[in-house]
Amino acid sequence: MADKKPAEPRSDRRDSQWLLWEVFTQSKTGLPHEHAGSVHAPDAEMALQNARDVYARRGPVTSIWVAPSDSITASTSSDSQPFFDPADDKIYRHPQFYKVPKGVKIFK
Amino acid sequence: MISNRDSKTGQALFEYLLRLGDDRLVLGHRLSEWCGHAPILEEDIALANIALDCIGQASNFLSLAGKVENKGRNEDDLAYLREAVDFRNVQMVEVPNGDFAHTIARQFLFDVYSYPLLDELQKSADGEIAGIAEKAVKEDRYHLRHSSEWVRRLGDGTGESHDRVQNAFEDLWTYSEELFFTDEVDDILVAAGIAPDLALIKKAWEEMVAKVMKDATLDIPGNDRYMAQGSRNGRHSEHLGHLLAEMQIVHRSYPGVKW
Amino acid sequence: MDDDAKLIEFEAKIKRGEKIEPKDWMPERYRKQLIRMMSQHAHSEIVGMLPEGNWITRAPTLRRKMGLIAKVQDEAGHGLYLYSATETLGIGRDEMVDQLLEGKAKYSNIFNYPSLTWADMGVIGWFVDGAAIVNQTMLARSSYGPYSRAMLRICAEENFHKKQGYEIAATLALGTQAQKEMVQNAVDRYWWPSLMMFGPSDKDSPNTPLLMKWKIKRKSNDDLRQRFIDLTIPQAQRIDLTIPDPDLKLNKKTGHWEFGKINWDEFYEVIRGNGPCNKERMTARRKAHFDGEWVRIAAEEYAKKRKTNHSNNN
Ligand SMILES: [Fe+2]
Ligand SMILES: [Fe+2]
Repeated sequence: MADKKPAEPRSDRRDSQWLLWEVFTQSKTGLPHEHAGSVHAPDAEMALQNARDVYARRGPVTSIWVAPSDSITASTSSDSQPFFDPADDKIYRHPQFYKVPKGVKIFK
Repeated sequence: MISNRDSKTGQALFEYLLRLGDDRLVLGHRLSEWCGHAPILEEDIALANIALDCIGQASNFLSLAGKVENKGRNEDDLAYLREAVDFRNVQMVEVPNGDFAHTIARQFLFDVYSYPLLDELQKSADGEIAGIAEKAVKEDRYHLRHSSEWVRRLGDGTGESHDRVQNAFEDLWTYSEELFFTDEVDDILVAAGIAPDLALIKKAWEEMVAKVMKDATLDIPGNDRYMAQGSRNGRHSEHLGHLLAEMQIVHRSYPGVKW
Repeated sequence: MDDDAKLIEFEAKIKRGEKIEPKDWMPERYRKQLIRMMSQHAHSEIVGMLPEGNWITRAPTLRRKMGLIAKVQDEAGHGLYLYSATETLGIGRDEMVDQLLEGKAKYSNIFNYPSLTWADMGVIGWFVDGAAIVNQTMLARSSYGPYSRAMLRICAEENFHKKQGYEIAATLALGTQAQKEMVQNAVDRYWWPSLMMFGPSDKDSPNTPLLMKWKIKRKSNDDLRQRFIDLTIPQAQRIDLTIPDPDLKLNKKTGHWEFGKINWDEFYEVIRGNGPCNKERMTARRKAHFDGEWVRIAAEEYAKKRKTNHSNNN
């Protein structure tokens, strides 16, 4: 840019964009909340309002959760072997493991 | 819709719908001027949402006004082809945006008026008005949440924000009385069960304004000042003419075309 | 694992078509290239709000006014998604905004051209968002998970923009003589800058091979540009608008439209800051940022007070 005018000095070096929050939305009552994205906000109430404007202005949203991003701990990909693999072996956790007599509908 | 829009009720209804429509059209227009210039990205999106709601509500009220008038004018004819003296909005919504504190204070004073009004209009004897209000009141509930939360933050934020928003309320107070102006238009419609009594709305308004301003550590301005009047009958500030000149320029430059 | 082994695993992963996620190991160059591309992309969305925001107050019908506000609002949302996606790479939005305001970051050249008539709202939606869709559909398959997810969300909204833009352009093109002239004039002004949106020709774009190897980009600038031209010419023909390029002709063998020479001098001049609106755009962004500072700080101070009060009560 030709205009080299530096940004005016801020009163201090605080972050100019507020805190980062993760947003989780539910599209229908009864369904789980899913990660929708993030917003910046100074506090939880504003984070909720911003999340509504950004992630709920199209399409149905029945409920929103917000959480400060730095309060979320994520597993790393190197965790993924011990963390998630065993689930596949434990067949008794999966519904296909259980046989139901013909004609019986237990999930109606 | 009431079946007998006899000429007296019909004319009052037309006037009343212009008041409802023009308030929201002019306010939405002012809010939309913020688009791309707000203090932070999230607020750009929030203000645009509120602007959209206001203009959508205006479009519905003006469209119904055109039907009631029954002279073949639609919402665009009413928005784009009337002169300032024919507009029926309060002056509060036409004054320039000022800083963010001014925009928020104005929005708050209007939302506290509009939300209970729309809430009552849901029970209107006119089914079409009730229908528009039913959708609009949900939008307004959110507008009020947004503006009142911001009044709290600016009032009880920093010294600078406190002074700015206190000054904004002082400036805007001049325009607050107009919100509750009534004349024979209201008398006729209140009697017909179409419109609520604004005196009741005023009571709710005063309580809510007092509560939020107290939370926000702000002083309620006194009434010992010039109180603007006349806009419900077409006497506006100088600002409206400029606003309309901009809003109507393209539409009027090419009469009768499709867009 | 040493870095060489990690790199081999990283590239194998990309080759298998798997996505790279924020906490995965990645080469520093991959991270740097992504931050550069994604933050530029985010800045473009934000600066892109200005030329269209310019016509919101003059939109000729209420429906058009609402459509335009909704569109500009979407662009703010796109900027927000993209900044967030970039933040997963370890850079704050704060820092990216500073880079933009200090003039250190680039954004799409197209937004340094002025929006002069209502017809520009049609042609920008049709050309500029149309070009964005071509580019972003490709980026939705990018190897970096957050970028690709942001693109998917954005592409859905861009389709509304392009449709709205084409509808505005078509209405004018099929309207009165004056309207038709208005839209042809906008086409004349926006065609060439839109072609430049895809960036320099492949031979002048040194980063492309690596970006493609790591599947940050999936197609080259020239391929994308060609796709945009092939899609757009028939749309212009259908509403009887003339594309301002005498060399345009359909190559029956390849099925592609051949086109004239792009003025790359203009492209580099605008990048250097010498476009018609570079100064205005930056001034507008800086003003919004600095005028808004007291607001942002007030909200933070309010939150701080609430926190202290809360812990005092406990
Ligand atoms: Fe976009
Ligand atoms: Fe777009």
